[in-house]
Amino acid sequence: MSEKKTFVITRFDPDKDQAPRQQTYEVPVQPDWKVLDALNYIKDEIDPTLSHRWSCRMAVCGSCGMMVDGKPSLTCKDALSDYGDKVEVAPLANFPIVRDLVVELEGFLEKLSSVKPYILRAKERALEEGTHRQSPAQLEEFKQFSYCINCMLCYSACPVVANEPEFLGPAAIALGHRYNMDSRDEGQHERNEVFRGEGTVFSCSYANECSEVCPKHVDPAAAINQAKFNAVIDWLTGFVTSPRGGK
Amino acid sequence: MDTTRHDLVIVGGGGAGLRAAIAAAEQDPEASIALVSKVYPMRSHTVSAEGGAAAVARADDSLEMHAYDTVKGSDFLGDQDVIQYFVGEAPKELTLLEHWGCPWSRNDDGTVATRAFGGMSTKRTWYAADKVGFHMLHTLFQQSLRYPNIVRYDEQFVTKLIVDGGAVHGVAALDIREGTMRLILGGAVLLATGGGGKIFPFTTNGNIKTADGMALAYREGVALKDMEFAQYHPTGLPGTGILITEAARGEGGHLKNSEGERFLTTRDYGVGTKAELGPRDMISRAIIQEIEAGRGIKGPYGEYVNLDLTHLGGDVIMKRLPMVRELAMLYGGADPITQPIPVRPVLHYMMGGIDVDIDGACALAGLYAAGEVACVSLNGANRLGSNSLTECLVFGARSGLAALRFAKGTSRANEATCVRQAEEEAARVAALRGKRGGERMAQLRRELGVTMEQGCGVYREQASMDETVHTVAALRGRYDDLGLQDKSTVFNTELVAALELGNMIHVAEALAVSAAHRNESRGAHARRDAKKRDDQNFLYHTLAFAGYSGPRLAKKPVTLGVWEPEERKY
Repeated sequence: MSEKKTFVITRFDPDKDQAPRQQTYEVPVQPDWKVLDALNYIKDEIDPTLSHRWSCRMAVCGSCGMMVDGKPSLTCKDALSDYGDKVEVAPLANFPIVRDLVVELEGFLEKLSSVKPYILRAKERALEEGTHRQSPAQLEEFKQFSYCINCMLCYSACPVVANEPEFLGPAAIALGHRYNMDSRDEGQHERNEVFRGEGTVFSCSYANECSEVCPKHVDPAAAINQAKFNAVIDWLTGFVTSPRGGK
Repeated sequence: MDTTRHDLVIVGGGGAGLRAAIAAAEQDPEASIALVSKVYPMRSHTVSAEGGAAAVARADDSLEMHAYDTVKGSDFLGDQDVIQYFVGEAPKELTLLEHWGCPWSRNDDGTVATRAFGGMSTKRTWYAADKVGFHMLHTLFQQSLRYPNIVRYDEQFVTKLIVDGGAVHGVAALDIREGTMRLILGGAVLLATGGGGKIFPFTTNGNIKTADGMALAYREGVALKDMEFAQYHPTGLPGTGILITEAARGEGGHLKNSEGERFLTTRDYGVGTKAELGPRDMISRAIIQEIEAGRGIKGPYGEYVNLDLTHLGGDVIMKRLPMVRELAMLYGGADPITQPIPVRPVLHYMMGGIDVDIDGACALAGLYAAGEVACVSLNGANRLGSNSLTECLVFGARSGLAALRFAKGTSRANEATCVRQAEEEAARVAALRGKRGGERMAQLRRELGVTMEQGCGVYREQASMDETVHTVAALRGRYDDLGLQDKSTVFNTELVAALELGNMIHVAEALAVSAAHRNESRGAHARRDAKKRDDQNFLYHTLAFAGYSGPRLAKKPVTLGVWEPEERKY
């Protein structure tokens, strides 16, 4: 049943390597395997020193993003059968390497915090008031942007992040925008102020690479475009009206 | 030794840990809350839960009905005081999550929608399509970013509780990225590390579910309670074990055998007219019996039955079960709009865990636990689907507050003693890194899985359970001769996996010994050689304590209440 594939994997151990190197493994693969299955086979059966992150293996925890044949991939989702006899696996581009296929994510968590990804209200709703009414149509306004699993594929694909690592980036903007579009939220002004800052929505060159690689079809490029528009409108209305509360 | 001090140390950043952290941080903005996780919190396994969270919401429902369903589902091993408290808090917690932004699915009038679930007598499961765990986890994580007094320690693996003078004073943790050990001190420690499904070879659980918190407490002399009750979910994808949510049946899906027969309606499996909406233990057994009777369907990963959603239509599937469709197509080779999904029972959840009271408090002063790692005795011998996400919130919040209260009232530990303990722990971990020995980790893990499935699967009997007890004890010995190759300090996942395997073996032994002693069938513990429930002799909780030569068992009474045990038939 099984055929062999050759895996060329980026290795880097800061304890002993000056720079990343490549190591080749021959792996007997099964027809229904994902890329991650081959990495786990290497880890268990060939070379236990290989380090990579993974957990859910069902495309929802967002741990196992890597570059496969030069493209960002959620490795538990992408089938090996879509690749050739030789497969190159490298850590996600545009992030510092920690070790082997593991990259540094601290920067993203700071970016995520900066967009205030939570419901902001002038007055907190009391528990006794029960749930908000939110129509299915209102839910549709933001639902898609809430699907982000923070896998970082979009940052790896983004040409702006490549040149400007401080760029707020697709996932963080999409999540900020998600709350702006939520009928329960009143924090648009605060977030739009963030979005009008340097290195945020207006840095986006609309390459659309983020939406193309997103494994959850969040379409961050659309979120960024909408966020740009809203941030401008918000700024303009700020000129003609006195500061107002939320909607 | 890098030493930091907080009021409360929470270990685990999933549903229960995050809820506890938020509760404590909100209660006292001056209190410092450490949130320590071996992964980034949004990777926690709560993310994989699919179908929903239970709480009474409809006019035709009542707290009493939710409580009774839970008691009956537990096969009368749930503590009724805990259950009563749980059902009362559940609607508040899910409402709170709504206020925090959870994108619950809605009715046309804008109210929160609910769906049917197994063993629940009416529609009381709140849902956000079929990505409920994902949305709950991200809502909680993003909400937690509001609180400056929650201090995260991401990718820090706790390897030991620091215990002195009969109380817990903090944890020793491996900084996975740096390879160094640190000491995190606190007035109380709350474990919220989830279950240990990875003890079994075929499981819905992610790679990180390695029973860590249970092992930490167990090694300090705290009892693990009701460990024999391990839940098999009826519908996992063959091969991978990926979960196909019970919501697929809640929305009207049918289970069919090789003859295309809806066997839950044509044969007596005890679920009555509930059919596919019977409780998980009964439906898992029904599927195994169908397969044993020769009515399974042969596949590359063993025999299975079909979960048929084709009659629901594309609209319902796309709207309410989009993740089921994605998973079935990606990992099951079937588009549920046009084809049945192959499924078989798969290890999903541990009803057992650290013995805690309703506050999440353990017998060891200053130690608390909540969520799947804990056994507060909400679920008894069989958990009802969609009660566990709510459990993480209800008992996460309560335990977080209780632990904070304890922490504020306790005196500081002797720091020198704690540092010494952490240094000893650092030496143990350092000795394990790149350790020379004859045993291969992947092999030990495989053997552990095989023996757990053989002895403690859906159906059990004395001889195979006894054999599993012996095999796991032998694995515990062989673990001492583990051979590791990775000597690097930075992100050494082989070292982490070795520590996890040690945890899994300890907890597996408690599970197997607890199972082998219970000579009756109750809930998820189904014996072929003792088919009836025996309230005369076994209406009690099992406690397993760590002993030098293996677990030692004791009994704890079940708290009954309104409902006396009766025959469990649907």
